Amino acid sequence: MNGGYQIVVCGSIVPDPLQTLEPVAGPTGPALRNEMMLPAVLDPWAAHALYEAANLAKQHSGSKVWWVALGPKAKLQQLMMSMAQKVPFELVALDGTASGFSDSWEVAEALAGAIESIPELDRDRLLLFGGWESASRGTGVTMQMVGERLGITDQFQGVDELTIESDGSLRLLERVEGGHHQVSVCGSPPVVVGWATGRLPEPPNNPQVGMLNMRTVMPALQRAKLVQLSTEGLTFHSVDLPEQRRETRIVRDSSADEIALELVDWIKSD
Amino acid sequence: MSSENQQRETLYTLPGDDLRQIMWRYSDRFDLQMAVQSARSVARGPVARLVADGARNTHEWTEEKAKLLEAFDESGITSVYMDPEFGGFIEGPKNMALALVAFELAWVDGGAATSSLAGCLALAPIHERGTADQRELYMARCVPAQPGEDREVWRGAFSLTEPLPYVGVDAGTLGGQVKVAEWPDGEEPILQVEKRGRFITNMDFANFVTAAVASDDERIKGSCMVILEESDPGTFDRGAPTLKLVHQLSSTRDPVFSLRIPAGRIIGGYTLRDGVIVPNYTHSEIIEAVFRRTRVTVGVMTSAKLLSAVEPIIRYQRQRFRGGTASTPGSPRYDLGLQQKEDVLHRLVDVWATGEAAASLGFEAARVFDLLDQLEQKKSEFFAREGIRTGREKLRAQHKMEENVLEYLKLSNWAESEVEQERLEQLKNDSLVEYTLLDSQANVLCPACKLWNTGHGANVMREAVSLMGGYGITEDCPGFLGQKWMDAQLEATSEGPAAVQRRQLSITMTNRVFLALFRKWIRELRLIAGERPGTGACNLASAMELWLWTLNHLQQAKDADGVKLYRGQRQGVTFSLADALCWLLASRQQILDLIELEEKGAENPAVADSLDSYTGFFSDLCHIQAASASGEVGRICSELVYGYNRHPAWDSAGRGSCFDPNELEVLESVIPGISGTADSYSDVVEEDFVPKKAGPCVRFDGSEDYARLRMKMEGCLTGCRLAKDRAAMALSKVMIPEALDYPE
Ligand SMILES: Cc1cc2nc3c(=O)[nH]c(=O)nc-3n(C[C@H](O)[C@H](O)[C@H](O)COP(=O)(O)OP(=O)(O)OC[C@H]3O[C@@H](n4cnc5c(N)ncnc54)[C@H](O)[C@@H]3O)c2cc1C
Repeated sequence: MNGGYQIVVCGSIVPDPLQTLEPVAGPTGPALRNEMMLPAVLDPWAAHALYEAANLAKQHSGSKVWWVALGPKAKLQQLMMSMAQKVPFELVALDGTASGFSDSWEVAEALAGAIESIPELDRDRLLLFGGWESASRGTGVTMQMVGERLGITDQFQGVDELTIESDGSLRLLERVEGGHHQVSVCGSPPVVVGWATGRLPEPPNNPQVGMLNMRTVMPALQRAKLVQLSTEGLTFHSVDLPEQRRETRIVRDSSADEIALELVDWIKSD
Repeated sequence: MSSENQQRETLYTLPGDDLRQIMWRYSDRFDLQMAVQSARSVARGPVARLVADGARNTHEWTEEKAKLLEAFDESGITSVYMDPEFGGFIEGPKNMALALVAFELAWVDGGAATSSLAGCLALAPIHERGTADQRELYMARCVPAQPGEDREVWRGAFSLTEPLPYVGVDAGTLGGQVKVAEWPDGEEPILQVEKRGRFITNMDFANFVTAAVASDDERIKGSCMVILEESDPGTFDRGAPTLKLVHQLSSTRDPVFSLRIPAGRIIGGYTLRDGVIVPNYTHSEIIEAVFRRTRVTVGVMTSAKLLSAVEPIIRYQRQRFRGGTASTPGSPRYDLGLQQKEDVLHRLVDVWATGEAAASLGFEAARVFDLLDQLEQKKSEFFAREGIRTGREKLRAQHKMEENVLEYLKLSNWAESEVEQERLEQLKNDSLVEYTLLDSQANVLCPACKLWNTGHGANVMREAVSLMGGYGITEDCPGFLGQKWMDAQLEATSEGPAAVQRRQLSITMTNRVFLALFRKWIRELRLIAGERPGTGACNLASAMELWLWTLNHLQQAKDADGVKLYRGQRQGVTFSLADALCWLLASRQQILDLIELEEKGAENPAVADSLDSYTGFFSDLCHIQAASASGEVGRICSELVYGYNRHPAWDSAGRGSCFDPNELEVLESVIPGISGTADSYSDVVEEDFVPKKAGPCVRFDGSEDYARLRMKMEGCLTGCRLAKDRAAMALSKVMIPEALDYPE
């Protein structure tokens, strides 16, 4: 595209999934035990969105990636020490809770506000990226609402692939049941894209990229606006861990075939 | 447990990055934090996978192992050592950066850490003492290619050690030789180098080698280090692989070199004097500058292993009885497993406390070298400005600088008048004073952390392994504890075995600036103890006093045969005192890191809420470690103070020092009460009676002073076991992740 895309990625922290996650009653509602003390990672769906954004930006000169994050400032800063090394972006930070127990409607409002305040954002070049759901809340509604608030009605969720056609139109593959994808073609930006896993691996850390990003990351964290989410009207009747017991095993880099084989074995063994 | 034990907040989670950044003082260094994340992702990713897949089971350098080098390059680990002008990303000194990277890699595998560090070790002679051209050339070659760049990344090896019977790491004599092969008129001489290396890391793939050689030619003076390249004419034989039992993720071979090189490859260059090539630096000058930095990193590696053992051991202990019929979910046996038993908790507390103290000591040493590197430049400028060139001139200048530091230390303790205040201010701002002060610390901290972290660390690593039972000594042990134990022994050996560190300490620890500083530290610890009684600071201060007294005593005293005790050859004395000192230094730094956390933790919202939980626990660990340190110091000092005297016997000389009961009766009329107290001064024995013991009790000049200090120190142990009970309780409650974040 002429002049490139302006890609805004929304994403924040979730507790490292290897940690013991135990719901407890906090002063302002449910929370996870010791949540502030647990190491955090970038929400995996949002991470896919970020890698896809960076990849797209690299292919279309003049493009730029903003990463809009609402989370506790100190935790975001820790996260940046690894994430800022992966791909180039400019951070827009909001200081507030990233808990899975906060209301997605309010979160969407804060995110939309932050996006609107990015100077010189050109809607005709705008791709709004995020995860199709978050690993902490798992409702899959936040990005939709951010889009609605910004008046972006072309929305795609559960996206695994976005290609730019020669005429500049966007071809998107959205997940449907049974491992199939629905193919859509959208004439032009702005669009909302809620990413599933995408197609890209996690980029390796590169401190050179990190040092460049840090020039804008630290000032962004310093001026991060405090966002107080009200808990008004939000009640939790009960909070439980999923029923099944976790049997965690760490395996990295298994091929799809190996994983499939193991699943089949497991199903058969039952 | 006593009620005191229930007052503290317990430890909620294992300490994370936020905490470590504060304790180890890099919370404002984003470059370092990023290097940590990068190194961690390589360590817990490809490195851990290799170990889990059994890549350590061969001595050969395999294709899989070689992939690690690419991972180091891609993730920025290789360029941590490079200055930004050569493509690196960290400005200024890199000691702390390298220490942190080594810590992360060694958390999983020491060999991987060594593999990455060996490249820096190869470059270090060039970095520290090379000419500007040499630095530029080799740094630029070794920096990983940037995107779009098509070039081979050079890798280096450092070759000092030679086949027996030649050099150990500190030997003055070298088997490797250099002579002039050709010296065309008016042109640069061509040198012939013959060098055999032994146990040389990176040798499977090194493109260049920095090698120590001695002159075998009247036209070359002394010794030097040279740079050898694989394409130089002659033999560049990589030799046989070393059949190592440790660090198998690094490459080690015994190479043979017989090469012709231009004289310009002498590291640091040379000067022509009366037709003789005089290298600007001897090999020992270069090696001293190199090792005093790189040894710190080796020490840090072992501390990482100890701390990495905590989580897998807790998990093992808790899950020990699950699945059995006698252990139903919700029962203490199911939830706590082995942690129902006090001993396993106490031993794990010791492992953690040791790891904590070792890491504190290692990182402090690294930071001191970072500061020193910046000041060294100022010192060199000063020497140049003042025309200080010869060895003697330098010694004189050094003496003057030391005088200033001593004055500074005295005034900083007690400056009353305005004139004194002014002088104090002046000395405080004098960078040479700062340099000399830091230098005296660096000279002690480096060998201390190399010696104690690796040596004592290896012993404690064995304890960690034993806490895992049979599992501990299998390849499947989570956290690879068995391998880490064995690897720790290499860390204790490479770059100079323990004896070399002890020798260095026995000289540097008696430096008058260091000792003055040591006295200041004792005073400071008492102040700390006043404010934070639970840290063991008082106990530690008492142990430091005992050590200092013992050193002074031994420097004057003679053994039973009238031979001086404190001297170079008497390693039984000097080495033991050096060992004792290390315990003190580690424990002190651990306390200082705790204080840093207490003071700065509140500023970080991610830490503030749970700060009390961590400081309470770390405080207990400090107390426990201070107690272990004072126990060790007490044992060593007592052996030294008493052990070189011959025990008095029941002969006439021995009896002469005893009271006779009849004599006491007479004395009682002159000194009322003496009969009752005499036995606390000497034995009371009748003339012909031989009591059932080795001889009369020992007395010597100063023995009362010593006994008083030792008694005071023992009293200071009060509360240390309560601290251990509390820490043990905390370990039985702390929340740990569901699984280790690297494969098993
Ligand atoms: C896997 C591995 C990798 C290595 N990589 C390299 C490398 O890349 N480059 C390199 O140059 N070298 C390397 N080395 C060699 C290493 O630095 C030496 O092995 C080490 O310094 C010890 O020297 P040494 O083996 O000659 O032991 P020795 O010097 O023989 O020491 C053996 C023991 O003798 C005693 N001892 C020695 N000297 C004294 C003394 N003065 N006073 C009292 N006791 C003493 C001590 O008990 C000591 O532990 C490596 C070694 C290994 C095993």
